[in-house]
Amino acid sequence: MSFDVASIRKEFPILKTLVGKKPLVYLDNAATTQKPRRVIQALESYYTETNANIHRGVHYLAERATEAYEEARRVVARFLNAGTEDEVIFVRGTTEGINLIAHSFGKRFIESGDEILISTMEHHANIVPWQLLCESTGAILKVIPVSDAGELDMEAFDQLLSERTKLVSVVHVSNSLGTINPVKTIVEKSHAAGAKVLLDGAQAVGHFLVDVRDLDCDFYVFSGHKLFGATGIGAVYGKYDMLDSLPPYQGGGDMISQVTFEKTTYKAPPGRFEAGTPHIAGAIAMAEAIHYLNELDRTDLISHEHDLLEYATGSLSELDGLKIYGTAAEKVSLLSFTMEGTHPHDIATVLDADGIAIRAGHHCTQPLLQRYGISATGRASLAFYNTREEIDKLVESLKKIQVLFA
Amino acid sequence: MSDLLQLYQDIILNHNKRPLNYGELDGHTGKAQAHNPLCGDNVTVYWKSVDDILTGITFEAQGCAISRASASIMTGLLNGKSSEEIKDLFSKLLGFLLDPDSEATMDEQLGDLVALSGVRKYPARIKCATLAWHALVDNVSKASGGE
Ligand SMILES: Cc1ncc(COP(=O)(O)O)c(C=O)c1O
Repeated sequence: MSFDVASIRKEFPILKTLVGKKPLVYLDNAATTQKPRRVIQALESYYTETNANIHRGVHYLAERATEAYEEARRVVARFLNAGTEDEVIFVRGTTEGINLIAHSFGKRFIESGDEILISTMEHHANIVPWQLLCESTGAILKVIPVSDAGELDMEAFDQLLSERTKLVSVVHVSNSLGTINPVKTIVEKSHAAGAKVLLDGAQAVGHFLVDVRDLDCDFYVFSGHKLFGATGIGAVYGKYDMLDSLPPYQGGGDMISQVTFEKTTYKAPPGRFEAGTPHIAGAIAMAEAIHYLNELDRTDLISHEHDLLEYATGSLSELDGLKIYGTAAEKVSLLSFTMEGTHPHDIATVLDADGIAIRAGHHCTQPLLQRYGISATGRASLAFYNTREEIDKLVESLKKIQVLFA
Repeated sequence: MSDLLQLYQDIILNHNKRPLNYGELDGHTGKAQAHNPLCGDNVTVYWKSVDDILTGITFEAQGCAISRASASIMTGLLNGKSSEEIKDLFSKLLGFLLDPDSEATMDEQLGDLVALSGVRKYPARIKCATLAWHALVDNVSKASGGE
């Protein structure tokens, strides 16, 4: 059966929004994705039928909530093809996930003179935690450069990798360029050099299936809200033995085995890394989003998104003075661009008046934009519920902007 | 007039395309930069002042039409003014931008700045409209006579 985008769109209530009198054209999916009705219902039914605190009650609701939360963990584990659900830690999102690893892995493994390798195309969330760690330990941050097309310079990567490299932390899919990085090769080479690997999957999981055991990465992190789930929830995958060797991230309730004033002992993973009451409803709703995706044919979604990418690349390229940043051979449906004579903010403001939502700015990747000598781009990021007609509207509106600012 | 056309009035679009007083000022006595961390925009203002009176002012900007136009209009208005007068004018501008009902056409002192009226409907852009002003006002009195 061919892919039926109209019936998919019906699952997403917000896509019916009118902006003024214009139908919403939502092209800001890299910032956050919209939620299908069943995810919204999962949140509601959690609070109407299940709500209780987890892991600490014996009553009916507490058991129900605990079971639903732990089932969500199993769903995420299967989604990533993790070895066991104990390899999945719930966190607030990608940012907290990376900070958790920087803290706990850093404390256990990073010393003065060690090197941490990231890339020029990282989100600030995968830069700043490492800078903080380097500041406190005396470790050194090294950066893999990117090419004009927006691909990692793999020769430079080979050169930078050494026995001093303790961790390689790179983005799976760039949120500013759309580039899909060759992460399997990166993992192989890093392991050969004795380094561990963290992959920032924030922009990957919403576009294609990820198999952490096939990739063989040591850590993988993502955010639920970019996976058609709620905000405030995400997950860290870590190989069990690795997680088991790490000290806690935050201290508090739920992460301890026993507390005395003389000595406190900690739970095994994942509990050790989940202090305090988590976003229970968010975890359950994220699992619902995963069920929703699993029931769709992901190859259909990928080919639809690929069609949108080709179509959008073709039609945007025809506009005078429009330049696309990020032309990697392997990329997701995301287009970063500038238009001569008009600043991206002005573009986004005018598009908004036509109901079209894009992002303008540095997308939390300032070093990357500096690499290209610019301070901002416009970014249209597409999900499987977008259509060719919406891209036509974007192009029409961009043409109007060219006239207005001519 | 639609909100959008009020935001992007011809005066704004013209200043954006052909800004006044653009580039580094020869022999400037002060210089300051302002940065909008939200969007990464940057503006640099250069000025010359003698005995606290502004005798020359230019700017350079990487930014949107609103921030460029606002900077350009600003540089056209301030020669001959003292740092106190500059501050007064800035607080008038702020009052105008922050009050959605202000009819500031009335205030002659604001000159072309009234073309920024459209910003009142776009609160997120007030920062753009005041970026160059912040660079100048926060620094002009302390930096006159040196950098
Ligand atoms: C590549 C990448 N990494 C990290 C993040 C941070 O994600 P969050 O804000 O959900 O923690 C984002 C989202 O903006 C992203 O696109």
